[in-house]
Amino acid sequence: MTARPLAVVGASAAGLAAAEALRRLGWRGPLTLIGDEPHLPYDRPPLSKQLLHGTWEPERLLLRGKDQLDALALDLRLGTRATGLDAATRTLTLDNGETLACAGVIIATGVAARTLPGAEGLTGVHTLRTLDDALALRARLTGTGHRLVIVGNGVLGCEAAAVARELGHDVTLVGVEPIPMAAAVGTEIGELLAEEHRAHGVTLHTAAVAGFDASGGAVTGVRLANEGPPGNGGVAAGGAGTGGSTRLPADTVLLAIGSTPAVGWLGDDPVLDTSDGLRCDAYCGAAPGIYAAGDVARWEHPVHGRPVRFEHRMNASEQGMAAARNMLAELAAADAAGSAFADAFEGAPPERRPFAPVPYFWSDQYAVKLQAYGLTTGADRVETTVLDRAGCRAVALYGRDGHAVGVLAAGLPPRQVRGLRAVIAAPVPWEEARERVRAATAAG
Amino acid sequence: MKITLDADKCCAAGQCVLVAPEVFDQRDEDGIVVLLDAEPPADQHEAVREAAAICPAAVIEVHE
Ligand SMILES: Cc1cc2nc3c(=O)[nH]c(=O)nc-3n(C[C@H](O)[C@H](O)[C@H](O)COP(=O)(O)OP(=O)(O)OC[C@H]3O[C@@H](n4cnc5c(N)ncnc54)[C@H](O)[C@@H]3O)c2cc1C
Ligand code: SF4
Repeated sequence: MTARPLAVVGASAAGLAAAEALRRLGWRGPLTLIGDEPHLPYDRPPLSKQLLHGTWEPERLLLRGKDQLDALALDLRLGTRATGLDAATRTLTLDNGETLACAGVIIATGVAARTLPGAEGLTGVHTLRTLDDALALRARLTGTGHRLVIVGNGVLGCEAAAVARELGHDVTLVGVEPIPMAAAVGTEIGELLAEEHRAHGVTLHTAAVAGFDASGGAVTGVRLANEGPPGNGGVAAGGAGTGGSTRLPADTVLLAIGSTPAVGWLGDDPVLDTSDGLRCDAYCGAAPGIYAAGDVARWEHPVHGRPVRFEHRMNASEQGMAAARNMLAELAAADAAGSAFADAFEGAPPERRPFAPVPYFWSDQYAVKLQAYGLTTGADRVETTVLDRAGCRAVALYGRDGHAVGVLAAGLPPRQVRGLRAVIAAPVPWEEARERVRAATAAG
Repeated sequence: MKITLDADKCCAAGQCVLVAPEVFDQRDEDGIVVLLDAEPPADQHEAVREAAAICPAAVIEVHE
């Protein structure tokens, strides 16, 4: 009897990390990696930076070389979409009609970009999530002097605005939040970034989008509502041809209004909780033999004591590795006689460990690098120290329920940034964290 | 084990230094990774593999 395959759905950062970890930890049996994009696994953060800028070509984004992928001996299914999962039998359905009965499944399908009604089918309206998206936007922005309106002033919108300005385009950034990135980093860091964008010539608008103007199927403008209606992530759209009073002329529009976890393909199996991502326990397990990792996973963070979901590159790798380890540990422990798991496994079974990372993200805008550890969203208290306004150097501490839970550095030297990680590796009483941040950033 | 770096992909996350401080460091100016030991001793191999796996910019390549 040969072992059933282990399958990883989603062939990007989290999925690849999971597949690699399964091999590193000793799985010698069949390993299937399924991805609906036609490309070999590539990295996303450079899409809104070096790739959009034109300094890197797509080959530069590949996460692993051909030799490294070959060494994993994968049954690699690219351009293949998983369309269903029967959680009880761990059976996947693929869009080519195939079914795959697996010993275990890791779900790493990430998130998909949100769009607005009225935007579909309009030439010149883009999203930025995949390599194909980024190449299309880049092709659209050839030459200089395009009129680009970016809808959404979160991290992605801000990064794209910076690149488009550097390329010499006319850039307007629209968001319902008056201060860019405020939801992620607080108002003072957000204001610092707003100054940086204004200094580089970006026009900032606070408004909701009411609709798009088009001519011959191509976008010609974005209409803003006078008052931002609440809900819908704060961005509303009435579809082409309705509402709106202020009009921003545009030949290109980027929708950067957040994303939706790619859980639709899982259907409504009551075993799986798919509200805001796939709900997992502290071990990244969603159901027996079924694990999740990366942007799609909402798991019980053992230190923060509540379910969290991160759309950060670092988390994708770390969680992919953790899900792989914990799944192997579960399968080894449950190994019934005749399941052939042991035959396909080499070495000592790994130990089950709760996944308790110190979250990390970075963002690059112009020459400013932001780096953050811990939780910066959902803070009830933020204290920002601007070290050098013109140089955009600052440090901020984020608190919740009397404890410091996150820290952000803008433009600080690497040694200091690493020192800050230690401050909030676990929630610390606010006053203590504040002293430690002062000490860590005192020199320079 | 031999390590190679594609350092201009580095986004200065510093995770490699946290995992394997005897093998990796960061430049003071911009945080770009610096290789301290391209052929580290066996007791470092596990940490180096972990660093390569975790690096969020796929900078570190390990040749076993
Ligand atoms: C433009 C951009 C810039 C970013 N910049 C930064 C940054 O500076 N710093 C940072 O920390 N993070 C950044 N991120 C976030 C980071 O890239 C993500 O957190 C990371 O890519 C998540 O990896 P993942 O593997 O979980 O999901 P994804 O990378 O989204 O991969 C999921 C894969 O699964 C595929 N898939 C979905 N459904 C199915 C299905 N049913 N069957 C088969 N395949 C399927 C998808 O097509 C996709 O290829 C950025 C993201 C983007 C888009
Ligand atoms: S972990 Fe990777 S990106 Fe971060 S400093 Fe090290 S090499 Fe650079």
